[in-house]
Amino acid sequence: MTRLVVVGASSGGIQAIRILLAKLPVSLNIPVVIVLHIGNNKISALLSQLNNKTSFFVKEAEEKETISPKTVYFAPPNYHIQIEDNQTISLSTDAKVNFSRPSIDVLFETAAWVYKDEIIGVLLTGSNNDGSMGLLEIKKYGGKTIVENPKTAFSKTMPYSATTLFEPDYIVNIEDIADIIVELCKE
Amino acid sequence: MNKNENILACNPENSDTQNIEMDLLLQAVNLKYGYDFRNYNKAHLKRRVFQRLKLSGLNSISELQNKVLWDKEFYRIFLQDLSINVTEMFRDPDFYLSFRKKVISDLKTYAHIKVWHAGCSSGEEVYSLAILLKEENLLQRTQIYATDINKSVLETARQGIYSNKEIELYSRNYLDSGGKGQLSDYYTSKYGLVLFDKSLSKNIVFADHNLVTDGVFAEVNLVFCRNVLIYFDKFLQNKVLKLFSDSLSKRGFLCLGTKESLKFTEFDDGYTIIDKKMKIYKKSQI
Repeated sequence: MTRLVVVGASSGGIQAIRILLAKLPVSLNIPVVIVLHIGNNKISALLSQLNNKTSFFVKEAEEKETISPKTVYFAPPNYHIQIEDNQTISLSTDAKVNFSRPSIDVLFETAAWVYKDEIIGVLLTGSNNDGSMGLLEIKKYGGKTIVENPKTAFSKTMPYSATTLFEPDYIVNIEDIADIIVELCKE
Repeated sequence: MNKNENILACNPENSDTQNIEMDLLLQAVNLKYGYDFRNYNKAHLKRRVFQRLKLSGLNSISELQNKVLWDKEFYRIFLQDLSINVTEMFRDPDFYLSFRKKVISDLKTYAHIKVWHAGCSSGEEVYSLAILLKEENLLQRTQIYATDINKSVLETARQGIYSNKEIELYSRNYLDSGGKGQLSDYYTSKYGLVLFDKSLSKNIVFADHNLVTDGVFAEVNLVFCRNVLIYFDKFLQNKVLKLFSDSLSKRGFLCLGTKESLKFTEFDDGYTIIDKKMKIYKKSQI
């Protein structure tokens, strides 16, 4: 049973996330946690824009917040986001990982430890190597892994990097990712 | 060949066993060395522990525990792993801007100001505050106690010498924070290092203090503790906030990190909000 979806995206990520979230159906009853590399820029405008495009409630993740279904949590800019054992969110100002804060690896790894085989990891477009190791950790614990097709992604480096490390469960175009999530959640 | 053949799958049970090992490790550190990390957020600690495992070629947290207990030098390194030591000058410039606008005028009515900067790490934000106070002509009548659990980062703070790697970011932050000159007015640059002006640290005492186990040491008008509470669980957050409340004078100010909050803590009622977003609070008159 899937209880959490985690998503990582870097350059070209805003558009990719927009497509992904717009396709999540109302019937889908799970939480989504997202790391988007956006530097120190504010994300409030982006979040309210996304809120109008999806049936989920989109918000910036808050420290100690309990993760609830039908909600999309974004890591605050300049903070790492981690998942705790009691299914709450914790933030950290630790050193950058893969030159990134928030780092996708930090989210994916800590989420894998808590949700084990009940998680879906999604790695989208990006021009660095963040996220591959974390996605591999999800794979190791039996979670499902989806990588955006590097051939059609806005920036192929990040998804490609994951596919060189291991064979993800799905390598698909951005438009098809929501459908796979829905299918996996039915299992 | 299938790329996945080399992947060592982890039994989901492993993660539970590792959690037991983590608890035992933290208990061992507390019993042996008196540093209590048991109420820190676990995800953060686990990441640091796994990093140390990888670097030292150890196979399990239990093995690491053995080494921590018997090898003092290894423990010293491990303690650095667990402490929080990333900071920057004028981190969140909007906060410093708000502090200038909303707190300084109050502080100016004081003949003498005492500040406790708790969890100051390597001191970048202590110097930031000192610069701000200097520009507001308050530094000469301010006493700053800057404390941290980690003696080695305190030494860096005391010296006020930093790599110039981030100085561009710091200069930008300084200007965004409402700085009245240039950041370079306050340091000399040499061999890729910057040395902050000694006049800034004249009234700063850097001291070793553990928020988990040590008590109040002075009555202060301002507690500065940014991005420290996010590493603690709720129990420890309340305990530390009690320490701050006990230490603050009436109408004293409390400044937290922008993602930290008194909301949902036991201290929500004891303060009025000066800046909701920048997490600046003022102790009520009780």
